[in-house]
This record gives sequence, C-alpha cells and structure tokens, in this order.
Amino acid sequence: MKKELLKFAAFALLVMLMPLAFKGGYLMNVLVFVGINTMLSIALNLLLGYAGQISLGHAGFFGLGAYLSGILTASYGWNAWLAMPLAAVTVGILAYLIGFPILKLKGHYLAMATLGLGIIIYIVFNETVDLTGGPSGLSGIPNLAIGGLRFDSDVKNYYLVWGFTLATVLFALNLANSRVGRALRAVHDSEVAARVVGVNSRLLKVQIFAVSAIFSSLAGSLYAHTMTFISPASFGFNFSVELLTMVVIGGLGSIYGSFLGAALLTLLPEFLRAAHDYDIIIYGALLMVMVMFMPGGLVRGVPELYRKLIKLKGGADHA
Amino acid sequence: MLEVSGISQVFGGVTALDRVSFGITKGDITGVIGPNGAGKTTLFNIITGIYTQTAGKVRLAGTDVSGLPPERLARLGLVRTFQNIELFSGMTVHENVMVGMHTKSTSGLLACALKMPWCIAEERRIRENSMKWLEFTGISDLAEVTAGNLPFGKGRMLEIARALAVEPQIILMDEPAAGLNNQETLGLSQLIQRIRETGITVVLVEHDMELVMDICDRIVVLNLGKKLAEGTPSEIQDNHEVIAAYLGEDE
Ligand SMILES: Nc1ncnc2c1ncn2[C@@H]1O[C@H](COP(=O)(O)OP(=O)(O)OP(=O)(O)O)[C@@H](O)[C@H]1O
Ligand SMILES: [Mg+2]
Repeated sequence: MKKELLKFAAFALLVMLMPLAFKGGYLMNVLVFVGINTMLSIALNLLLGYAGQISLGHAGFFGLGAYLSGILTASYGWNAWLAMPLAAVTVGILAYLIGFPILKLKGHYLAMATLGLGIIIYIVFNETVDLTGGPSGLSGIPNLAIGGLRFDSDVKNYYLVWGFTLATVLFALNLANSRVGRALRAVHDSEVAARVVGVNSRLLKVQIFAVSAIFSSLAGSLYAHTMTFISPASFGFNFSVELLTMVVIGGLGSIYGSFLGAALLTLLPEFLRAAHDYDIIIYGALLMVMVMFMPGGLVRGVPELYRKLIKLKGGADHA
Repeated sequence: MLEVSGISQVFGGVTALDRVSFGITKGDITGVIGPNGAGKTTLFNIITGIYTQTAGKVRLAGTDVSGLPPERLARLGLVRTFQNIELFSGMTVHENVMVGMHTKSTSGLLACALKMPWCIAEERRIRENSMKWLEFTGISDLAEVTAGNLPFGKGRMLEIARALAVEPQIILMDEPAAGLNNQETLGLSQLIQRIRETGITVVLVEHDMELVMDICDRIVVLNLGKKLAEGTPSEIQDNHEVIAAYLGEDE
C-alpha cells in the first residue's frame, strides 16, 4: 500500500515537472492531449481490463461530454464549471440506463452493440446541425477560469487537464485495490463463481460502465474547453479504436499502463507526420502485434523482454 | 434445511432430471451419487440458481427460493464449488478468498474509490478474516501465489476456502475429490468433517464411493435423471436397484 502511494507521488511529481523540461514549447500542447487520452484510457480500462467488458463506443461518451459542455457554455452562456458536472451526470445516467440491456450481451455481441451506440451518437452530432453545428463543428467554447485565472495557454491547460488526470489515476488505483475492484476482476475471471459467492455481476457491470462513461464525459468537457472548437470527426469510430489500442498496448488492467498506451499513441503521430492518412492502419497493426507478442501490454511486456535479454546475454557470456 | 420437490429439467429433447424430490437435514453430510450423466451437476445448477428448472420447487430453510439468482442465494447462506474448478485465476489465492467475503462487506464503488476511512477499516477486516479460511483449509502458505498457477489439488482447497468465506449455512460440493491423489482425498475427507463440525450443512456429489460411504450421513442416488434410492450408507450399499444401476454402467 505504501509502495503504491510512493509510486503515485513519483508519477505526480514527474507530471508537475514536465513543463519545465519543455519551457512551454509546442510539445506542451501534445502533452495536454496525453493527459486527456490517459483519462479516457483509464476509463475504458476499468471496463475492459478490470470487468472484462468491451466497448467500441467510448468515443461517443467522450463526444457527449464535449458537446454538452460546448453547447451549454457557447450557445446558452452557462458557466463551464456547471456545464461540466451536469454533462458528466447526464452521460452517466444515460450509460446506466443503456447499460442494463446492453451488458447482458457478451463478447462479439457486446462489441457490436457498443459499436452501434457509438455510431448513433456520432450521427446525432452530425445531423442535429442547429445544436451542434453539424459537420462544420461548434466554435466559441469558452476556456475554463478560476476567478481571474483563465486557462487559455498550453501550460495552464496542461496543469488543468493533468490535475483531473491525476485525480482519475488516484480514483482508479483506489478502486482497483478495493472490495469493488476485486469483485470486478472476479467477474472477469469467472462470472459464475463470482455470482455464487454473492457478487451481483449484472449490477456491477452496469455501474462500472456508467463510471467509465462519466470519466469519458469529463475528458470530453476538458477537451472542449481547452480546444474551444469541436467537430464530430474527433468522436468517430476511429477514435474508439484508438482508445482500445491505447488500453491494450499499455496493458489491460493496469492504470499506469493506460498512461503508457495513451502517451505512446498520442506522441507517435507527432513523429510520424508523414503517415497521417494511415493512422488507423498503424493502430490496427500495432494492436495485432501487441496481442500476438505482448499480450500483457507494455507494462508487463517490457520488463519481461528486459529480463529475457539479460538472460540471453548471460547465456551468451557463458557460451 | 434444503428441500427439492418435483424438480424436472428438460434440455431440448433431453430430460436431465425427472421429478426429483428429497430433503436435506441441517447439520448432515448428504451424498448425491449416480452414474455419469445422471443429472447430479444439473441438480446443483438448479439449486444454486444457475439454471431455472422446467418444473419443481427448491426450499431453503422453509422459504421458496426457486428461480432466485446465485448472488441472492449466497446472501441467504447457500454456496457451492464446481466440478471443473472455477477460480479467479488472475488473482492471488488471498484475493480469491477476499472476494468470498463480498456479502460480509458493504463499501460501495464511490466510497472505495475515494478511500473513505470506513473502507480502510473494512479492507483490513477483510484481509485478516480471509486469512482465517486459508489457514482452515491449509493453504495459507500459498496466499500470495496467483490462483492460476496453483496445482490442481490446492485449487480445490482454494475453492472451498472461498466458499467458506461467505460464512454459508449450507455448502454444495461437486466432485471435490476428482483429480485428487489418496493423500489429498484423505485431507479432503477430514476437511469436510471439520466443516460440518462448524455447523455447516454439506451436500456432496462424488464418485469416490469410499469417501461417500465413509463420511455421509445420508445418500441420495440418481440414475438417468430419476431418484433411484435414498437412505443411510449401509442401506444404499445393500440396495439391489442401486447395485444394478452401477453394474449396468460398468458393462
Ligand atoms: N446445459 C445443458 N444443455 C444440454 N444438455 C445438458 C446441459 N447440462 C447437462 N445436460 C445433459 O443433462 C444430462 C445430465 O448431465 P449432468 O452434468 O447433470 O450429469 P452428472 O450427473 O453431473 O454427470 P457427471 O458424473 O459426469 O458429472 C446429460 O445427459 C447432459 O448431457
Ligand atoms: Mg457432474
């Protein structure tokens, strides 16, 4: 437990000091996205890595958070600090209600149903032009502000977003190491055995689905208020797959793994500008390679590779 | 304690159980035996709420519990183990038993995630109490081992430890001796008797006749989905129909 806390403190310190290394350069903007994507990956990981339930529609919840926040503030003049929790609660309730019928499904069927849900939400963003601005997007979303402090620069947004992300990390870590986290993993490993010892697996799955949607919505709100402009293209099927890739690459059931996956997949395109049009292919290929050669994700795969290399070297030395 | 009456189960065209009725007395060790395919596991699946029977009723301590889901039955004090072990294979042995205490703890999702003080206290209680069951079943030295890496015999013990952590009134075990060596079977036999001594009613599906005849107070015999006989071990051993059913199976 102590070790867990130290690890988190070290991680938080690293996050806090990061901007000093980049002196507010262009990469700061990318690091804001790493924060948002980390939040999203953790949200999806709670569902996929812990409870073992897939979702191919999480970009939809992310988008709902962004649009609800965006519309309430830009079109109706709400305070962003009010719009954000309201969006999160609305998305949470929606996910809870949809969760009951949808999470009865298993495996491929659940994948298809959540895929459908994501696509429906995406279509709504595109078609309700009066509300969302349709395909051309919604602009003029205000930045968040505390008193006179407006979060209008990359560095300020970095601290804002990462404040939320660190809170998410802590929330997820606590949950994972608790009675409820164990019940989730139990349902993942053997649902029937979990039920027989008294775990209400059906309710638990719906609850974690809603929690996952709430965090995705919060990430969406943050995205809207830091970008000040949103359009449906950011919340489509491609992004759901990208999120899935982050979680799997980082490591299913590992909170820090989700950070690794999010960081890798957010930074990679910056270095692979040329390959921009092929990103979905690259994600697909990465996903396949990871599942085949590092099923435990980076968090488990890299240390294992390292141990193997050392062994190999040791063996070579002896020969 | 537990009473099944007129239980029938039809899968497609196959009648797995045909109007089976019997009662189980509190504090007894009851054996349910019968040739392969007799319907023993199906019966357990119905009693524990995993299947819903085509017809018939299950009563637990006088109340009708037919059709209740497993998680509700666990809260009423009914648990089971599985013929094909069902462990939480990615979790440690200790964590497996901690999940067994799910009904004996209350912290909700939000409280856990926000680490409220009462959750920390409850977590400590879960951690300590669950160790008790690992000691009871003799696997406390394996507490930190991942359940998926356990040898088969230890896995069986873990399943029992996890079920006991529910603090049940009645435990149903589906072939707990299958795959165990002689030494382990002897240990199991003693364990089952110790479980009974704590006041828990035991129902046992088992093919190991020596074990069954040795520790059971009463025996129910199923054959081809029907109840063939019921009685004390010596009555069952002398029952011609039972002998015929088993001989028939040998041919
Ligand atoms: N889910 C199911 N769907 C269809 N048929 C089933 C199902 N479960 C069991 N059966 C059938 O019901 C009959 C009884 O099976 P059951 O598993 O209850 O037997 P058993 O007494 O536990 O046998 P064993 O000693 O081999 O474990 C068998 O004919 C089996 O094929
Ligand atoms: Mg069976």
